[in-house]
Formats: sequence, structure tokens, C-alpha cells
Amino acid sequence: MSRRAKVRLLSLIIVLALWEFYGRRVNPILFTYPLAIVRAFIALVFSGELQSYMKDSLLVLLYASILSVLVGVFFGVVMGRYAIVEWAADVYINALYSMPMVAMVPLIVLWFGFKVPAKVIIVFLFMVFPILINTYQGVKDVDRNLQEVARSFCSNEAQLWRHLIIPSALPFIVVGIRLAIGRGLVGMIVAEFYTSVTGLGYMIVRYANAFETDKLFVPIVVVMILGVGLMWLAKWVEGRIAPWRNFDERE
Amino acid sequence: MAKIVIRDLTKTYSGGAVVALQDIDLQVAPNESLCVLGPSGCGKTTLLRIIDCLIGRDRGDVVIDGNLVTQPRPDVAVVFQHFGLFPWKRLEENIAYGLELRGNSRQQISAIVERYVTLIGLKGFEKSYPHQLSGGMQQRAGLARAMAINPSVLLMDEPFGALDAQTRELMQEELLRILETEQKTMIFVTHSIDEAIVLGDRIVVMSCRPGRIREIFPVDIPRPRKILSVRAHPRYIELRNAIWEMLKSEQEQNPSGDTRHEPAR
Repeated sequence: MSRRAKVRLLSLIIVLALWEFYGRRVNPILFTYPLAIVRAFIALVFSGELQSYMKDSLLVLLYASILSVLVGVFFGVVMGRYAIVEWAADVYINALYSMPMVAMVPLIVLWFGFKVPAKVIIVFLFMVFPILINTYQGVKDVDRNLQEVARSFCSNEAQLWRHLIIPSALPFIVVGIRLAIGRGLVGMIVAEFYTSVTGLGYMIVRYANAFETDKLFVPIVVVMILGVGLMWLAKWVEGRIAPWRNFDERE
Repeated sequence: MAKIVIRDLTKTYSGGAVVALQDIDLQVAPNESLCVLGPSGCGKTTLLRIIDCLIGRDRGDVVIDGNLVTQPRPDVAVVFQHFGLFPWKRLEENIAYGLELRGNSRQQISAIVERYVTLIGLKGFEKSYPHQLSGGMQQRAGLARAMAINPSVLLMDEPFGALDAQTRELMQEELLRILETEQKTMIFVTHSIDEAIVLGDRIVVMSCRPGRIREIFPVDIPRPRKILSVRAHPRYIELRNAIWEMLKSEQEQNPSGDTRHEPAR
């Protein structure tokens, strides 16, 4: 075990131990401690409640991810390829990317209700813009020499996307997806706060209202682990993609 | 009939401020190897780009096989100085690129690719990515990619300019060998007199700013050629000196025609 890993583990043990020790002395309505969370976790798993809510949340996240990757990559490429589209659309896209998307949630609920489609739309809105903007930047970054090669070989537009633009922009797209995942998790929880019928966000609201703080912490920890796991996955993909980029310096 | 006819071609940059090419008239016979020689910045690369219609022209015509060129033609292939390989494609996929765009079948593609991988001596490297290959190997792949679509015209834009001297000679030898078996009309841009004499049937010497054709030298050294036998040929020295004198006077008349590279596009 490396020194770094040792320090990490030690830090984790100390923090958990302190939390356990002092957590037990606080009123259980206000706070809780690790072992209580583990007990609540086991109870929620055995009753099947956690899996069922988690499945609903993950499905929303999955649909919204697929949708936002498709839409974001497509419009990112279109914007990067056609200046007229870029000029016409970039004001709105930058405005929507910069604004706190939470502000849109009540409106979406008003328009689409509070079932799965509304939640997918909310999470989609959180996720799509970083993907779109990164894809656009990736398209702008495409090597001009290679564009000339493609033209010389009489590539049509579809072949240009497939052989040149998408592969070249892929590292940018993956970074965009990584940014989008973080935002998507926020969107998922906020959507479930608002539409309060199911999902991890709903679990949080329900157990908070019931003052069952130990159970309240279970979905919080799950979302945290989910976030860490997905980020790690995206980082891993990012590192494996485009190994040639490390050779850019070479003549 | 000439394979390629260039008539009265003029190209300017920066809204007419820089005249890259002026009144170029040139005919290239079928299966001829024409080398274009001139100081840096004389518009050699521009000429090549215009022939493949990668950039527009201000005036004049380019005619291939009797047809006016208005867009890149599928039977014209370019080998670029910068190699232009796709970094995310393996060697065999890079060579297959042109064939894939043309919609050839898998079997056809793999047969042709295998033939050219062997021809350019890169057997065993089919699965390598460009960044894992040396410059010489990359340019071989660029050549194979161009040859694989069986073009009738090969445009070479200082293809060996980025290679070290030794690799460069090996590539020249290889190109001579390939051109003996595959009949191509080739325009080869270079700034090496030696390379032009070794490869060319005729050598066009260009002047600088504006780029004009200064003179055309026929290379009356018989084929098939080998680099060493070309260099040993009495005509080699004569040609070399004549062309060198011409380039030198060109440089002296035009001290501003420095080592600056021609505009990228």
C-alpha cells in the first residue's frame, strides 16, 4: 500500500470514528451516526424500498443521459460546422448554460407534470449544454490539414462526420459528458424534490419530513457514491480515449 | 492529348495584394512525371492545391481528361507533406480510407490494402497507429492511401520534405519502383534539385512573387532509373548546374523571396 493510500485510509477511519462517537450524543432527529446509517441501509435494502427508488432515479438519469448525448453531440457538430447556425443559436445556448437551471424546474413541472417525462426533461436540460458546448469546441479544434485530406478524397458530409469530426472531437465530448454527469445528478435530485412521487430525491424529502434522519442519510450517501463512481468512470474513459494526444508534441 | 492542361492560371492572396501564381500555362502528358521546383514561397503548393480544387483560383482553367476541374476529383490523389494520416485510425484503416469513402466491399478493401501494405514494405505494422510509426513509415502510408484508390493523377506536395536525408532517398527509390509498375501521371512539388532530376521526366522551374514558370527542363535520362545510376549519368551534373544557376539568379533578383513558407491556404 502506498503512503498516500495509507494516509487516506487513516483519515477515513478517524473521521468515521469521530462521527460515530459524537454522532451518538446528538438528538437522533437532528443528526445520526455511521452505524445507524448502515442499519437503516440494510433495512431499506431488505424491504426493497431502496432498490425500487434507486431504479426509478437511475432510469431517469439513463434516459436523460442518452438523450443529452445524442442531442448535444448532434447540435454541437452542426453549430461547429455551420457558422450561420452558430451565429443564430449561440446567444441562447450560452444564456441557458449560464443560468441556474433550477429556475426552470417549476416551469417544466407546469408544462409536463411530474411523471418520468418531466424528470427526464429536467435532467436533460441540466446535462445537454456542457456536452453541446464541448462538442462544438471539439469540432472547431479539428485539424485543418485533415479536413483538406477529407476534401481531397471527396468525402461527403456524413463521411466527414464519421471519419473525421466525431473521432477528432471525441476527447472533448467525453469531457463534456463528465461535466454533464455532475450537473445531471443535481438535476435528478432537484427534479425528484419537486415532483415528489418516487426516486432518491423523494426518499430524502420523505424521511426528512418524517424526522427519520438515519434513513434520510441512506439516499444521500447513495447519491454521493453514485457521483463519485460515475465521475471515476468518466475519468477512466477520458484517460483511455485518444492516446495519440500524448504525442502531439512529436514532429 | 494532354492529361492535365493548365491555362492562364492566376491566384492572388490577401485580396490581390500577394500574387501567388501568375499566368501559368502548363500541359502534362499521360503518365508523365513532372517535377515543380522553385524557391520557398513561389506558389508551388498553391498550384497543387488548385489542381485538386482544394482552393479556388482567380483566373484561368484546370482541365483534366478534357473536363474542367470544379471540385476535387475522385481519380486525383494527393500525398501531403504533413502526411495527413488520421491519428485514430490504424495503418490499414488509414490506407483503406479512400476505398471506404467509395463504398468498396470489405473483401475488396482488405485485398487492396494488403497489396499496398506489402508494396510499401509495411507488413507487420497494419495494426499500428500513426503515432507509433516513424515519419518515413507514415509517409509510406500516405502514399499507399493515395495509390489504393488507383488514381490516374498523383499530386505530391513535398511529400518527402519532412523526412531525414536517408529515409528520403529510400522513399524516392521506392516511388521510382512503384511508378514502374503502376502507370500514373504525377506532379511532384519539391525544393530539392536532386529529387526533381531523379524523379522527373520534365522539371518546371518557377520564379518567385509573382509565381511564374521560368523554364521547363526535359530530363533526358532513360528509365527505369535508380538513384545512383541517375547521379552517375553525365546529364545529371549538367542539369543540376543549369537549374542551380537559374534558382540562384532567381534568389538574387528577389532577395525578399526568402525562406518564408508560402501561405498555408
